Amino acid sequence: MDKVTKIDQSSVDELYEEAGYWHVNTGDQIIHAKRMSGRFRTIKWYTATVWLIYFLGPYLRWGDRQAVLFDIPNRKFHIFDITIMPQDVWLLAMILLFFAIMLAAVTSIAGRVFCGYFCFQTIWTDIYTFIEEKIEGSPAKRHKLDKMPWNAEKIRKKVIKHSLWLLIGMLTGIAFTTWFTDAYEIWGDYFTLEAGIVAWTSVLMFTLGTYILAGFMREQTCFWLCPYARIQGVMYDTQTILPTYDINRGEPRGRLVKGNTVEGNGDCISCNQCVAVCPTGIDIRHGQQEGCITCGLCLDACDSVMDKIGKPRGLIRYSSHEELQGKKPQPLHKRPRVIIYFSIMLLAASGLLYGLTNLGTFDLKVIHERQPLFVKLSNGSIQNKYILKILNKTDKNMHISIDVDGPENLQTQGLKEKTLLPSGKLSSFTIFIRIPMKNLEDDRTPVKFTIHSYESYDDSVEYQSMFYAPKF
Amino acid sequence: MSDDNNPFPGENNTGHVWDDSLRELLNDPPTWWRIGFHASWIFVIVYCILYPAWPLLTTSTKGVLGWTSLGEYREDLKAIEEVRGPYEKKLKGMSAAAILADDELSNYVVRSAKVLFGDNCSACHGSGGQGIVGFPVLADDDWLYGGTVTDIEATITMGRKGMMPAQAALVNDAEADKLASAILAGNVASEPLFMEKGCVGCHGVDGKGMAPLGSANLTDSVWRFVAEDQAYSIKHTIMHGVNDPSDPKTRNAEMPTFGGTKLSETDIKKLAVYVHKLGGGQ
Repeated sequence: MDKVTKIDQSSVDELYEEAGYWHVNTGDQIIHAKRMSGRFRTIKWYTATVWLIYFLGPYLRWGDRQAVLFDIPNRKFHIFDITIMPQDVWLLAMILLFFAIMLAAVTSIAGRVFCGYFCFQTIWTDIYTFIEEKIEGSPAKRHKLDKMPWNAEKIRKKVIKHSLWLLIGMLTGIAFTTWFTDAYEIWGDYFTLEAGIVAWTSVLMFTLGTYILAGFMREQTCFWLCPYARIQGVMYDTQTILPTYDINRGEPRGRLVKGNTVEGNGDCISCNQCVAVCPTGIDIRHGQQEGCITCGLCLDACDSVMDKIGKPRGLIRYSSHEELQGKKPQPLHKRPRVIIYFSIMLLAASGLLYGLTNLGTFDLKVIHERQPLFVKLSNGSIQNKYILKILNKTDKNMHISIDVDGPENLQTQGLKEKTLLPSGKLSSFTIFIRIPMKNLEDDRTPVKFTIHSYESYDDSVEYQSMFYAPKF
Repeated sequence: MSDDNNPFPGENNTGHVWDDSLRELLNDPPTWWRIGFHASWIFVIVYCILYPAWPLLTTSTKGVLGWTSLGEYREDLKAIEEVRGPYEKKLKGMSAAAILADDELSNYVVRSAKVLFGDNCSACHGSGGQGIVGFPVLADDDWLYGGTVTDIEATITMGRKGMMPAQAALVNDAEADKLASAILAGNVASEPLFMEKGCVGCHGVDGKGMAPLGSANLTDSVWRFVAEDQAYSIKHTIMHGVNDPSDPKTRNAEMPTFGGTKLSETDIKKLAVYVHKLGGGQ
């Protein structure tokens, strides 16, 4: 600290005043975080716009239906050109696996990026506090307003704020339901009060849920409800980049005296701005902690102060533990965690891709009759009964042929040349197979059912079943 | 205890102290508990107003919603009837053969007659028509009284009781053995005893039986009375007959009557179609 910078004492006095409000919050006090513009603030607004898809997505049309529609009553998920039925629900497992591992991968590289920039809890809370600030003013004013006795002014402000909050909650709920029922139809149903009980309940639950979680619970949700905050410790390592207070540069910290840093002190001037802006109310200078959602707002705050006192930016910055100790960060492709996570993600993505490109036209299940397993006919042949359940997964009616492969002299009964398979429906057929005893070599003989579509012969599906006979 | 003796004054305790420091405080119950408590009694009152709740001397409070469990059951039943009604109405005016020829109706029958079959038939014929020892298999293609759906309908309506006289007086042991082995081999028609003893009268010259009499086909692979030692079983049938009142060792084979008061005509038609579709209808 050779050069002592002369700055305006009064400009930092304000900051010290604001800092006076901070103390460790265990849910007994509402955190009114200060809002500041800055790099990460801007990024946050951009990432928040991802959620516009949630609100606007359902209004996209695809042909004569909604582009993405999760039709629960009809057990069909429409995603653009693809229709997924319950039989293909294993794809969901792949999607979940992909995103679960992606969460782990991103966390190991750059910390809780999801929490800070994408999580609905963070973003809805951000929007709620944005409204709060617009109506009730800065954090200091809000603290004052909260302590004030009830008067017309306070009632007016509170009513407006809570109405807006509830409105956002309601829109969130309605947006949720539009993913499951045709978006244009359900709006009509809401206005004519004709929506079903499930829709109303969903809207009510979402309205209250959003209102309570984003309006009142806020950071307490991250602290005590969210499991992700609790397991972050095992997802980080020493190479994970996180918002970090550079302790070597900042300490010993001390207030400015008459606009000058005290000789021997570090760059941190104890202005507490990093704490004032923190939406979860933590002090980043205590190091990494479960309350940190890595939103980067303290970086903006600190940088602005560093600018003000003429020090280089980055006293609080995205940095890994190793980097802070002067080690060079390892490239991503040399970190085992990253390699393993990305391998699993690749696997899940491949499975998903395979599944989506091989959804198939039909789904065939052959159920062998159990009672009786087999019947001896008057000519000595053995007869088995099978129930074929065939699902037409396409949106067109189809005609199919059913073929049975098995031992020589196999005869079938109940097969039709050209069978109609209505679109989207499960059709059931009973088929008898008869085989003379002399053509059987064992009490169990494999038989194969093959289904071909007349509309496109390549669309076929097979099912291996068993033909039972008396014990040999 | 007076306040002067309270070792923890100003603490909002009851003044009761045990073991020097253990004392009872006067704290309010937690908010969440109080919310739960008030929500509970409000729920009880609302429930008592809406639903039947309090027993009176001969009746009970009805509740303003008018809900009863019996009413709910009836409503469910009505919903089912609404689906079944049109089918049942159609079935009434149709013959069993016409039902069988109609894909949609026979599909409906196969689904809905399953319960009827379970209630009336499966005790003897097995849940899938697989038969039980002493009772015929319904899933095969061998029918004593004919296998068309009309025949089956008649069998269910009127019941069946065939009669084969015991032959012990006419056939000696060696002859019975001879006949039994010929029947087992499937070539009874070429056995001279078959003609000689008058078997042809009921079982036909070719030994294939006669549906109007219910006499068995002696040349096929299906046995009415299945046994481990089939030859012995056949011999027993020859010697003691079926339903012959004069022979105490005779076979018993009687299908009861289901027509009249037991089952409606439509139910019998449905059962006939169901049995026909079990695997061997003709």
